[in-house]
Amino acid sequence: MKTIQELEEIRRRTLQTLNIRKDRSGTRIVVGMATCGIAAGARPVLHAIMDEVKDNNLSDVVVAQTGCIGICRLEPIVEVYKPGEEKVTYVRMTPEKARRVVREHVMLDKVVSEYTIGSEEKK
Amino acid sequence: MEMYRSHIMICKGTGCSSSNSEQIAKNFEEELKKYNLDKEVMVERTGCFGLCSLGPVVIVYPEAAFYSQVKPEDVHEIVTEHLLKGRVVKRLLYHEAVEEGRLKSLNEVNFYKKQVRQVLRNCGVINPENIDEYIAFDGYKALTKVLTQMTPQEVIDTIKKSGLRGRGGAGFPTGVKWQFAANSKDDQKYVCCNADEGDPGAFMDRSVLEGDPHSVLEAMAIAGYAIGSNQGYVYVRAEYPIAVKRLKIAIGQARDYGLLGKNIMNTGFDFDIDIRLGAGAFVCGEETALMRSIEGKRGMPTPRPPFPAVKGLFGKPTILNNVETYANICQIILKGPEWFASIGTEKSKGTKIFALGGKINNTGLVEIPMGTTMREIIFDIGGGIPNGRKFKAAQTGGPSGGCIPTSKLDVPIDYDNLIALGSMMGSGGLIVMDDATCMVDIARFFLEFTVDESCGKCTPCREGIKRMLEILERICTGKGEEGDIEKLETLARNIKNSALCGLGQTAPNPVLSTLKYFRDEYEAHIKEKRCPAGVCQALLKFTIDEALCKGCGLCARNCPAGAISGKIKEPHKIDQSKCLKCGLCMSKCPFKAISKK
Repeated sequence: MKTIQELEEIRRRTLQTLNIRKDRSGTRIVVGMATCGIAAGARPVLHAIMDEVKDNNLSDVVVAQTGCIGICRLEPIVEVYKPGEEKVTYVRMTPEKARRVVREHVMLDKVVSEYTIGSEEKK
Repeated sequence: MEMYRSHIMICKGTGCSSSNSEQIAKNFEEELKKYNLDKEVMVERTGCFGLCSLGPVVIVYPEAAFYSQVKPEDVHEIVTEHLLKGRVVKRLLYHEAVEEGRLKSLNEVNFYKKQVRQVLRNCGVINPENIDEYIAFDGYKALTKVLTQMTPQEVIDTIKKSGLRGRGGAGFPTGVKWQFAANSKDDQKYVCCNADEGDPGAFMDRSVLEGDPHSVLEAMAIAGYAIGSNQGYVYVRAEYPIAVKRLKIAIGQARDYGLLGKNIMNTGFDFDIDIRLGAGAFVCGEETALMRSIEGKRGMPTPRPPFPAVKGLFGKPTILNNVETYANICQIILKGPEWFASIGTEKSKGTKIFALGGKINNTGLVEIPMGTTMREIIFDIGGGIPNGRKFKAAQTGGPSGGCIPTSKLDVPIDYDNLIALGSMMGSGGLIVMDDATCMVDIARFFLEFTVDESCGKCTPCREGIKRMLEILERICTGKGEEGDIEKLETLARNIKNSALCGLGQTAPNPVLSTLKYFRDEYEAHIKEKRCPAGVCQALLKFTIDEALCKGCGLCARNCPAGAISGKIKEPHKIDQSKCLKCGLCMSKCPFKAISKK
């Protein structure tokens, strides 16, 4: 038999996985997954992001994928959309870099500026 | 639970299942495995999304991409394009959901825009076979609240205050019904759920049971607490195999979690639910007949009083509510009676689900606030009449209801307005008819149904409706006589006043309401022996337009009765005495020279 507290725990836990069926209100992390992205290693990046979201119990975050963004030479590309903020585009991602983006940008609101497209272009 | 970045929701309601959605689900599972996506993408089988005419429907989150009329062979493309590369397959999207190449939010699509999906809130959103998903969306929270914070009387007062009325058709205030049963003193009481949805064309109860079975079970437990009962029965027809299967799974899961059974959530409250299958007799949707059927007796109505709240199932106080009524309860408990009463009209609160069928573009399930007009339902949500034809009438309430003509399209829909129009809410079947529909024939169809389904216990129903049907059959075959309309009216009045149960009392309604709005069609049949809509075969006359006929002889060669004669390259003629009115000649004529009147 489940107690009221146990029910509450099931509710909290399940809601996390069901969030993406609700209207999109939270953060969206979008990974470019066209042929160019996949060839450059987007899939491990995607997996790293999913792991990080799961491990940190982030409930209002959606991980989505998109097609070719058009700057194939900078793939893998990850875009972070926070509600009410400008989109931030990260380029030449690796699983490790992606984890850092989740931990710092998504969770703590600190843009990891050295990975963004702007700083990459200055190099 | 695992983290999935994408959820594929596949409709497994009866409609989409019959167009092979299970194969689609299996293909998705296989393809995902093949591309190593099965750990990232979740496949969910859900209840009805409502847009049954576009089935099988598949919705992919987080984009909420609405794929319609998906075939099993389309799955490969969705997986490799959308799920692997992130490119939505535009070709398969519901065209309404795309705007300038962009995906629209589902709430912006015409079909959903005017709807208020309260009762259907979980349908198509959760996997009905997984109790955790129901719990996630506030499931069993209302039961928790009732058992820990409210007295039974407070529950009844809340339901009374909400203004909820029975969704099965008659619209009796639910709270009042519960009060009667609570006031009856007895050692045993019962809570019954009427899922014997019998109106032709109505499928909202089935969809709720298929898409969100726990919402009904939870509400029944709340009702049990309110009236002091520890046993519930769901009476559901055996023709609803998916609904029955999901109910069984849901009851099993609720028992495992201790949400049904002894000492629920450690509060000392006991309540359990069993399923009783009906064999599909229409009369068993009538409450007294339904209870006899649960008792194992022949399903026939008994006179009231005594009402079920005093002496019902097995002679004990019983409440009997419809599926949709129960599906409203938990929301009222959680959001408060004021919230519920703020939706709808003065005397009809909340929302109502309608099953749209017949001559309408978006066949399916819609939930609207009470007070929405028929025009909004049919033209804004339903997408209007197909094939460029004109609207003629909408039939509500099934065999107990009536027709609403064009002139009444702007009347706000609620219980009382529909009664005033000569129809009734019924369970919510809404059959749309275009100008190629003969109203006399429709009345005949519904009476044929009630004659078949009459249990035969009382004379007015058994004999009276049969006589009415005979008169209608005569009229449809061109043998109508002066005075037939008056005879129909007299019979109808007497049957309404004297039949034992709701089936008989309402059976004349289709005739009365079509007489009220389409009397001229009856008169054309009787006096001119003419069917204005061109439906009643015996009254049809096929003629060849000599000016258009090229004399090709195709019609004569195809006529099964040899009724057409004429020389090649000269206009042909139809011998009316031989003509079977099959219409074959008309469909074969390449010059459209044959017409029927």
